Amino acid sequence: MSAMACASSLFAAVPLAPPVVVFKITADFKADAHPKKVNLGVGAYRTDEGQPWVLPVVRKVEQEIANDNSLNHEYVPILGFPEYTKLACELILGKDSPAIAENRVGGVQCLGGTGALRMGADFLRLWYNGTNNTSTPLYVSSPTWANHNGVFGAAGFTDIRNYRYWDPAKRGLHLQGLLEDMENAPEFSIFVLHACAHNPTGTDPTPEEWKKIAEVMKKRSLFPFFDAAYQGFASGDLDKDAWAVRYFVSQGFELFCAQSFSKNFGLYNERVGNLCIVAKDTDNVTRIRSQMEKIARTIWSNPPAHGALVVTRTLSNPQLLAEWKGNVKTMADRILLMRVQLKEKLQKLGTPGTWDHLTQQIGMFSFTGLNPSQVDYMVKKKHIYLMASGRINMCGLTSGNLDYVAESIHEAVKNSQCQ
Amino acid sequence: SSVWSHVEMGPPDPILGVTEAFKRDNNPKKMNLGVGAYRDDNGKPYVLSCVRKAEAQIAAKKMDKEYLPIGGLADFNKACAELALGDNSEVIKSGRYITVQTISGTGSLRIGANFLQRFYKNSREVYLPKPSWGNHTPIFRDAGLEVKSYRYYDPKTCGFDFTGALEDISKIPEQAIILFHACAHNPTGVDPRPEQWKELAMMVKKRNLFPFFDMAYQGFASGDADRDAWAVRHFLEQGINIVLSQSYAKNMGLYGERVGGFTVICSDPDEAKRVESQLKILIRPMYSNPPINGARIAAAIMNTAELRKEWLEEVKGMANRIISMREQLVSNLKKEGSIHNWQHITDQIGMFCFTGLKPEQVERLTKEFSVYMTKDGRISVAGVTSGNVGDLAHAIHQVSK
Repeated sequence: MSAMACASSLFAAVPLAPPVVVFKITADFKADAHPKKVNLGVGAYRTDEGQPWVLPVVRKVEQEIANDNSLNHEYVPILGFPEYTKLACELILGKDSPAIAENRVGGVQCLGGTGALRMGADFLRLWYNGTNNTSTPLYVSSPTWANHNGVFGAAGFTDIRNYRYWDPAKRGLHLQGLLEDMENAPEFSIFVLHACAHNPTGTDPTPEEWKKIAEVMKKRSLFPFFDAAYQGFASGDLDKDAWAVRYFVSQGFELFCAQSFSKNFGLYNERVGNLCIVAKDTDNVTRIRSQMEKIARTIWSNPPAHGALVVTRTLSNPQLLAEWKGNVKTMADRILLMRVQLKEKLQKLGTPGTWDHLTQQIGMFSFTGLNPSQVDYMVKKKHIYLMASGRINMCGLTSGNLDYVAESIHEAVKNSQCQ
Repeated sequence: SSVWSHVEMGPPDPILGVTEAFKRDNNPKKMNLGVGAYRDDNGKPYVLSCVRKAEAQIAAKKMDKEYLPIGGLADFNKACAELALGDNSEVIKSGRYITVQTISGTGSLRIGANFLQRFYKNSREVYLPKPSWGNHTPIFRDAGLEVKSYRYYDPKTCGFDFTGALEDISKIPEQAIILFHACAHNPTGVDPRPEQWKELAMMVKKRNLFPFFDMAYQGFASGDADRDAWAVRHFLEQGINIVLSQSYAKNMGLYGERVGGFTVICSDPDEAKRVESQLKILIRPMYSNPPINGARIAAAIMNTAELRKEWLEEVKGMANRIISMREQLVSNLKKEGSIHNWQHITDQIGMFCFTGLKPEQVERLTKEFSVYMTKDGRISVAGVTSGNVGDLAHAIHQVSK
């Protein structure tokens, strides 16, 4: 029976997959006509006017690129522009990093933070803890960015576990649980660590806590895979936000760090990322990158040029670099302001509960502590869109909607208490 | 010691090796005929004028940089499908297809391979023409499919082994996946003629095979975008639902921007929606969503009348220069006094040419004449210019007389 004559199609059985939750929230928001609607869902920066913000330094560099007739659209090397990966690694590790001085660092240009995670994940599945060992336990924080499970699962890992991270009772880091889970993890397990501005909780370990984490990981020979999607966005200071990664390097760890320039450069749709590799010596880095070249060849062949060009030009020019740092601080400062003001308003309203976590947490996101039914109230009754977990994107708050959001949270909490 | 001690050094890329050796050569008359990218008659990369115009237009609009949807830029996807299938396509009119933006041709093939591995339950085998683009095999293999081949290139004629192909295809297990290069076969430059495509389509229907078309050179092969898509459209007209990979690397010169599409022809729009949702599930854990820059340029060109017109002319210009180089190479070989039949050089089409030269001859070409190409005798005609075609003919004659 030919494909054409078949009564039912070859793909008749393909089920409708559920939409990615966070994008559905934005879709629902867009479809909502309510005048006071607020989108506190997807993680992209917004100005105080609630608008996307193309960094002024990015506009400047893009104009330069547009005017530069010496440029062409030739293929980028498979592992990326060498200058780009060098600058990206320097950004996270520090230009004066001993690992860089010792020539045991290498980078791979990837498609955003997701691409960098996937590159690292595919490599680890093929070459870590044996060869093609799909059963190495891989730990992600509880909770974590939803796509972590997707990426590592797609890379072939069959034993993805959670390590305790968020303590809902104290609304902070569950350090004891975290350390216990690491102590009990099989040797050589992989741990995905958020370098700063944990997504979705906004809760980061303190330096002292990081030191304890590193100690256990060293003892148990656990592999650190850092996810650095918000460098600069957490405190406003690029070096401060890189502290944990640099500390681990100083402790002699071999590690991966997936970097994204989506948020700190606002280059979301250009897919600019880097997988930073720190190994024992140059030869290891060389062999690792040679295998990553094979991986890259069958996913995307070579990475897209444009976004990386913008980042390279910016980071390599002292004036542009300074401008960029200023732009980053602008974003981080606005977020900090929204945190402070939201907390103040809730306290002024006398909303039940403590709201210190709003200012203790850091970065784009906050785990408000709202439960699913309270979230449901916010979405359905108040047209304020957030994740079912209670995660809000601070960037969605503006001086224009802060009162409305605070009042709505107040109602949601009070209403649920009255039940 | 390192946790990576057992990691082996990956094999060097053969084509890269050619370029590396070329760079090291000091001969002023050296030629790089390994390069898989178009070069103008001065041997330089060519940025299309319509691309520059589109870029200027886009820069002036000062658009934001928000994430694209997982499936990519809608304006691009629609135009991409229409370019391949034709505006009058019944498939387009009925909406029974889905096109997602991909990371150029490679990304498209990868998504396609993963999609078929997950949802095409009737076979685990993909049949590639022999030879095929080197990267096809690892892409399908890494996706978990078994890679096999059907006869394609006839080294005796440097042409299409039509009989061999039909014979092999007639024996392919029913419902297996079969990959076709839509036009400008890479690496041989050998394409079936329309009458031959008709018979291939009949055999595919007879064996109930599932065709995966790879179209990386639409417009670039003959200079006519509709003509180059003829085989794809013919299969659809015969009622065969295919999947299709497209690349804009060559025909728009957007190599490094990574612009491509993957299309699944479905029974109806509902099925297309379901398929789309599953394609998104594959894309999200790979790179979340595609890069916008190149897709915006391609969309602007395809959707703006003057730019589209200019583009089609420029593509024709590129194709014509290549055709002209083929003709000049053959006429120069005759002038050199070569008595061999070099007709295949002008019969073949697209960027690449399988010269028919043996490895030992290729080695001599490189060592004695600084002509850099791959051992299989393939040259990139894009690297030939009016400035070097005479020298090339001379060199080839010397090693083959």
